[in-house]
Amino acid sequence: MLKISRALLDRIVAHARADHPDEACGVIAGPAGSDTPSRFIAMINSARSPTFYEFDSMEQLAVWREMDDRDEEPVVIYHSHTATQAYPSRTDISYANEPGAHYLLVSTAEPDTEEIRSFKITDGEVTEEDVQVSDSAE
Amino acid sequence: MAIEVRIPTILRPLTGGSKTVEGKGDTLDALLADLDARHSGLRGRLIDDSGGLRRFVNVYLNDEDVRFLGGLTAPVKDGDTVTVLPAVAGGYI
Repeated sequence: MLKISRALLDRIVAHARADHPDEACGVIAGPAGSDTPSRFIAMINSARSPTFYEFDSMEQLAVWREMDDRDEEPVVIYHSHTATQAYPSRTDISYANEPGAHYLLVSTAEPDTEEIRSFKITDGEVTEEDVQVSDSAE
Repeated sequence: MAIEVRIPTILRPLTGGSKTVEGKGDTLDALLADLDARHSGLRGRLIDDSGGLRRFVNVYLNDEDVRFLGGLTAPVKDGDTVTVLPAVAGGYI
């Protein structure tokens, strides 16, 4: 199960809407071992594409180093699908290489509503999980 | 002194769980061969069958992406830090 605050989910959705029709992507960092997302980090999609995303390699280095310095890990890795459902594609699965992360997908295919789903992806296997949203400020 | 190599979570099973390992070599290619002798399989996760660095693995030498330093031919020396991070990517297909 992914437990996440409403405030963080709202920020993810706002990012996905702002970048639509390009895919948006980012990380929610949290204290190592806590499984609690707490720090929102929107990332550049270096592909700038409606059908593909890739973290900019230098930004990824900076963010991963910063998380390491702060004793954090990437609890959530999120990205958006702009014309298809919020389910991991074959490439999403191929490039899911953070074993502990929750892979959160947002679909902005519909203009008035978002589909938000979360998954664990390990060794090429996708397992959907519930998203429990809390009303805390952050 | 040696070259410190920082290993991402997904590759730590190949290093006995270690977050950092040490190696030696004059180039990145030589360094990876040296590491592979003690951590079998590590080189194959970074280099593909055609002998080039894998597209969706980022390798950094100190603060730079090795793609801009000559890739596998990038010179390395004692005191350098090499960092490996799998690319985070995906798409609709």
